[in-house]
Amino acid sequence: MLGSIYALVALGYTMVYGILGLINFAHGEVVMIGAMVAISVVLAIGTGGLPAPIVLLAGVAVSIPACMLLGALLERVAYRPLRDAPRLTALITAIGMSIVLQNLAMIAWGRQYLSFPPLLPNEPHAFLGATVTGTQLLIVALTVSLMGALLLLINRTRLGRAMRATSQSPALAGLMGVDVNRIIMLTFMLGSALAAVAGIMIAGYYGQAHYYMGFMLGLKAFTAAVLGGIGNVSGAMLGGLALGVIESLGAGYIGALTGGFLGSHYQDVFAFAVLILVLVFRPSGLLGERVADRA
Amino acid sequence: MRRWLFIQALRLPLVPSAAGASASPLARGMVLALAVAALLLAPFLVDALLGRAWVRVLDLVMLYTMLALGLNIVVGFAGLLDLGYIAFFAVGAYLYALCASPHFGLYLPFWLLLPAAAVLAGVFGVLLGAPTLKLRGDYLAIVTLGFGEIIRIFLNNLNAPINLTNGPQGITMVRPIEVAGVSMAQVHSIGPLSIPALYNYYYLFLALTLLVVFVSIRLQHSRVGRAWVAIREDELAASASGVNTRNLKLLAFALGASFGGIAGSLYASFQGFVSPESFGLMESIMVLCMVVLGGMGHVRGVVLGAVLLVALPEALRYIGPMQRSLFGQVMVEPSDLRLLLFGIALVLVMRWRPAGLWPSPVRRREFAAAPAAGGSASTGPEPRP
Amino acid sequence: MSTAGPLLTVQGISKAFGGVKALSGVSFEVPQGAVYGLIGPNGAGKTTLFNVVTGFIQPDSGGCMLDGTRLTGEPVHRVVQLGVARTFQNIRLFHQMSALENVMVGMHTRSRAGALGAVLRTRRVRDEEARLEAEAHALLERVSVAAWADHPAGSLPYGLQRRLEIARALASSPRLVALDEPAAGMNASETASLSELIVKLRDDGTTVLLIEHDVRLVMGLCDRVAVLDRGELIAEGTPAQVQRDPAVIEAYLGAPAEDARPASHAEGDTALGLPGVA
Repeated sequence: MLGSIYALVALGYTMVYGILGLINFAHGEVVMIGAMVAISVVLAIGTGGLPAPIVLLAGVAVSIPACMLLGALLERVAYRPLRDAPRLTALITAIGMSIVLQNLAMIAWGRQYLSFPPLLPNEPHAFLGATVTGTQLLIVALTVSLMGALLLLINRTRLGRAMRATSQSPALAGLMGVDVNRIIMLTFMLGSALAAVAGIMIAGYYGQAHYYMGFMLGLKAFTAAVLGGIGNVSGAMLGGLALGVIESLGAGYIGALTGGFLGSHYQDVFAFAVLILVLVFRPSGLLGERVADRA
Repeated sequence: MRRWLFIQALRLPLVPSAAGASASPLARGMVLALAVAALLLAPFLVDALLGRAWVRVLDLVMLYTMLALGLNIVVGFAGLLDLGYIAFFAVGAYLYALCASPHFGLYLPFWLLLPAAAVLAGVFGVLLGAPTLKLRGDYLAIVTLGFGEIIRIFLNNLNAPINLTNGPQGITMVRPIEVAGVSMAQVHSIGPLSIPALYNYYYLFLALTLLVVFVSIRLQHSRVGRAWVAIREDELAASASGVNTRNLKLLAFALGASFGGIAGSLYASFQGFVSPESFGLMESIMVLCMVVLGGMGHVRGVVLGAVLLVALPEALRYIGPMQRSLFGQVMVEPSDLRLLLFGIALVLVMRWRPAGLWPSPVRRREFAAAPAAGGSASTGPEPRP
Repeated sequence: MSTAGPLLTVQGISKAFGGVKALSGVSFEVPQGAVYGLIGPNGAGKTTLFNVVTGFIQPDSGGCMLDGTRLTGEPVHRVVQLGVARTFQNIRLFHQMSALENVMVGMHTRSRAGALGAVLRTRRVRDEEARLEAEAHALLERVSVAAWADHPAGSLPYGLQRRLEIARALASSPRLVALDEPAAGMNASETASLSELIVKLRDDGTTVLLIEHDVRLVMGLCDRVAVLDRGELIAEGTPAQVQRDPAVIEAYLGAPAEDARPASHAEGDTALGLPGVA
């Protein structure tokens, strides 16, 4: 469940990393802003006359372009000038942008939690012995179809081919007539659109959003991307799902495993522990190529 | 040339470089004397001109300078991007708080706890460093970030089943530092002068900060410092030059962490309490900002970074009243602006001054030397005598 | 040339990268005091072999010995300590350090001061620093880069960067210095002064292992040459022997081609020149 959201966000990390070799620290913030924008739109329209799905769609319809614009802006303003700079410079810039977005959001929306109006059906259904809500079903269905669409886009279209070429070698792709700047910007926009969807989903799932939500979510999604093998699109999906499972199982069983010494509030430790273990022992992830620094 | 290295090593870090390498010994002595006088009188001057609150800021400047110089060893010298550095500060702070407060009823002396904090933090530094030796820049950053958060989550939750850290409430009533039976928290008078607690801490912190500065500079201009920079510049070439990169990276982690541990234990006694929320990611990033904005790897630059980043947010407090007089109301809370401005500063500095506001002389020389070298390169081979 | 026993023994080295055999069973010996060339067409495995000798890559089988001490299995910095230093094909200097400091880093294995010594700056440490600095200056003189001692390495002209990198390798007082395409990208006069330098190194008693594309340079300079092709050693001997070897000619020219001049011809070694080499 959460896993599929992680997967969506992880895709954004992995696509940018695949092309630029940059960890876009601000990606979690894009997710947060997607959620915030959608909530603002939904609250502005109000749940008055209009039927719930239309209100929700309006939120989505505003939020996705807003995030795409933000993604493009991030790329153009912060990252493009540094494309040939040392990695440390780009990474610190990414951290800086993350702080900027987070605090702009805090100034714009305040420090309090924004609650997401219950627009979606929440009555539980029995499904294969488990209890799931309509929202949850919707999230999973939407995630799966978005991922399918993305894979098609990358593997079957001209744009996808240009993206793959750019990630292999930007210089060479440029020589072959690919407009590298445009492709990179489109990659950011695509990742940001997915982030917007993920942001709305998570806001719908928890029923609230908060200016700080992007940080932890981004970190976990990054973990998912690394777990699957960063730079690898299918890996990001697999990693997201795997992390979701590890986390919920881990949180459920940690008390029993440690004789009650550690409780479920250590849930967040799992993401970090997984991250560290993967990076240390299998930095290429489940599906990735080798990424450790070599000559 | 040879003179250059020695002068670099001898030059006192806090003396403005206006004196320059070519100045006479007398002029340099004068500048030095002035600097010493300024540092000694600083709390009195600041108190008189800006108020007592700013003496506290001065104390914090010293504390953060120590912290930033510790991180500078890891990030600036050895080029290992550590985003969880505040964890070592936390280790030092909690060690002091646990061993000098009613929480366990322990009251170990300061001269014992300070080295213990340094050692314990150093051990944590090695624990973090050892598994991450093979990771490259951005991965290392993420792992250290995770490590920092794990430490914080544990501090937050280790109040049950055994109450080790008292959870989110933190530990209160931490005993102030006593040096030779004299408590730092009391007002003392020397003749007609009365020295308030904030002054005491200032002098203690100043002494330790100068020590840390001294150690940093000595390390920078040594065989060890050169090896660190070599690792930062090109790890593979460093090992091909015979540098044991594993040991030297661990040494950087350990030393940097121990500086953090010392600063942490001072912080615990200075504040009188510790709680997990003082040790979040944002604190790590703030210390990183000091290093990066000031000038990575350059001791004086890092000191400047610490001074700026501690003092400026304090100055931001004046923005609240300023807004009221301009717009009739407070539009944006000054405290909300602090991090925003940090973020913007990071991005801008990386874009236009990637070596920092006060970069090290080598980097500056590089800019100076580049055109000349380019010219001679274009005129063909170099049949130098 | 020197008739002493082998300094470096390369014994049955094999290495595969994900199923692709880069080296299979390569063995040869580098005599003490020789300039030893390693040549072969692109992708022949020269660089892989070089990385195995210098400890950067561990072979799947086989190993290297330096005067009876096993190098293979040791980490890179230990290999340097044992007496093998190298340069890189794409120059890898510490750009922001001065030329002098670059050389001083190269002396790392020959100096001892630790963190504590650095802080206390004892007499011993100060003496060591002074000695290192003097020696580093002497080394810069030796490779004719002394005038740039104070400049950041990254600002040096290309040819001098190559020489500085050689000085850094020499700084560990190696018994064998391994140069990876030192003449790459150099013009004729730079190459000429480089070969003078290599001869000078040998005369001072340092053994040199050389990968080079510039066949003329190799043939003129080396005492012995090993030729690799597709991961195998196809010829080994004096330059004159190797030049006459039909396997070598075929490796370089493929099937006898239109412009295949008789390589046994005294001046015929230009036929072995690769495209792009003047």
